[in-house]
Amino acid sequence: MIDPIPSGTRDVLPDEMRELRAITEKVRAVFEARGYGEVATPALEYETTLARGDAAAAEPAYRLFDEQGNVLVLRSDMTIPIARVVATRYATSSPPLRFCYFAHAYRSVRPQRGQAREMLQAGIELVGAPGPDGTIEAIELLCEVLDAVGLDSYRVGLGDASLYPALLDALGVPEAARGPILHELVTRDFVGLEREIGGLRLGEEDAELLLRVPQLRGGPEVLELPEGPATDVVGRLKRLHERFSPGVADRIIFDLGLSRSLGYYTGAIFEVYDGALGVPLGGGGRYDDLLARFGRELPAAGWALNVERLHIALVGEGERGERWA
Amino acid sequence: MGLNGLTIAVPRGALMPQTLDLLDTLGVDTAEVRANDRRLLFGEVGIVTMRPSDVPTYVEAGAADLGITGKDVLAEQVEREVYELADLGYGRCVMVFATVAGDDPAAEALRRLGVMRIATKYPRIAAAYFERTGRQAEIVEVKGSVELAPLTGLADGIVDLTATGTTLKENGLVIREEITVATARLIANPVAHKLKAAEIDDLLARIRDAA
Repeated sequence: MIDPIPSGTRDVLPDEMRELRAITEKVRAVFEARGYGEVATPALEYETTLARGDAAAAEPAYRLFDEQGNVLVLRSDMTIPIARVVATRYATSSPPLRFCYFAHAYRSVRPQRGQAREMLQAGIELVGAPGPDGTIEAIELLCEVLDAVGLDSYRVGLGDASLYPALLDALGVPEAARGPILHELVTRDFVGLEREIGGLRLGEEDAELLLRVPQLRGGPEVLELPEGPATDVVGRLKRLHERFSPGVADRIIFDLGLSRSLGYYTGAIFEVYDGALGVPLGGGGRYDDLLARFGRELPAAGWALNVERLHIALVGEGERGERWA
Repeated sequence: MGLNGLTIAVPRGALMPQTLDLLDTLGVDTAEVRANDRRLLFGEVGIVTMRPSDVPTYVEAGAADLGITGKDVLAEQVEREVYELADLGYGRCVMVFATVAGDDPAAEALRRLGVMRIATKYPRIAAAYFERTGRQAEIVEVKGSVELAPLTGLADGIVDLTATGTTLKENGLVIREEITVATARLIANPVAHKLKAAEIDDLLARIRDAA
């Protein structure tokens, strides 16, 4: 008899586990050397805890009741649990605090899509280190980790979650129109974005700015925008760029349209790409308001890599040249 | 010129001739593609051909950097993580709600039975449309000729894509409502969109000039 396992989950057998372990050990060595202490938190948390962190995280796919009727959920990332840990277990410690983790996170899947319900993440949270220093440390560490595992041609897309809201503010776009606009941006539909912006009755230049900025990506030259509502945020990205070490600066792709699905990001956001895989390997960003929701007002940044995708990319890079065109 | 080293998923079927015409204007040599009806992969010019509904699948996975397919396909597969870069304008079709001519049997079913049965190849578009317009509908997904469903009693009405309405008319069906207009769209893989930004933007600019 064959007992199936849920779609989107999988067993790991020794050959694969050996390779995954080799990756995570290299990652762990870098974390250790940089002073990041490893933590583990429960896979199950109270729904009310995750909801305080992010409304989207409060719609997790897996809910159950405990003996008292409390609602428990499987965590959808590690950032919110670690924010809780910092506020409750490190309530009086002086920052900065550095944590790392190797943990499974759980997401809902759509049928027939081969999406993972359970994914292994390796990541860090740097708490109490404001930007730009904290952001630089987090991204430099990300690149050091990717170099250590032997990934060859990765790039880091870097944008800012506050850029587009700042543009909408400056151009006086009414609140009611923002939902549809941000929806088109998050779903990456530039045709829909053009339609929504067209309906705003903005001046031609302003409309052009709203449509063009999120499509700008590339080297530091994309940061050379005319003086305007984007100047502050773009200036922050420029200052980051000036301070990256050369090896890291070469890896950066500035992406003024970058958006991430989680709602708690407040500043710089980033994603890791590799030509060997059609999806990002991981990402992160700044979330300077999140800790305050748990009772400690501390700025923070963090990121997570999907270890299984990282493994696929490493294998894929080894096979480069076999692509069909 | 050409595709700047990018790969593109080209839809077979109704969108194919105009897609190949567009690629010609971009300086891509499509002669081999036009001459070979059975060959699927043309690696030398960066073209792979497939049915339109598979285009988002290949592009999302990064098996092709770019793809061209109908908005109807993208609306039905709305969760695909691809960039929608441009409305190419051609391949215009209308998504319609149709029933047999004469008294509207779907309205009658809704009035007396509280629900109408709707056959479609686009279950998500159909379900969303009737939900939005406040009508209860039981969606029956079919893969082939949808026009057959109301003629055989499988369904009270259909939701389908039509360019001219000829097939509907020949099967005694009439359009009751127009849901949305679909045209061909250019889509891109999210990672290729970052790693090959200059190539994609240059191609996009040339496509806009050609239009």
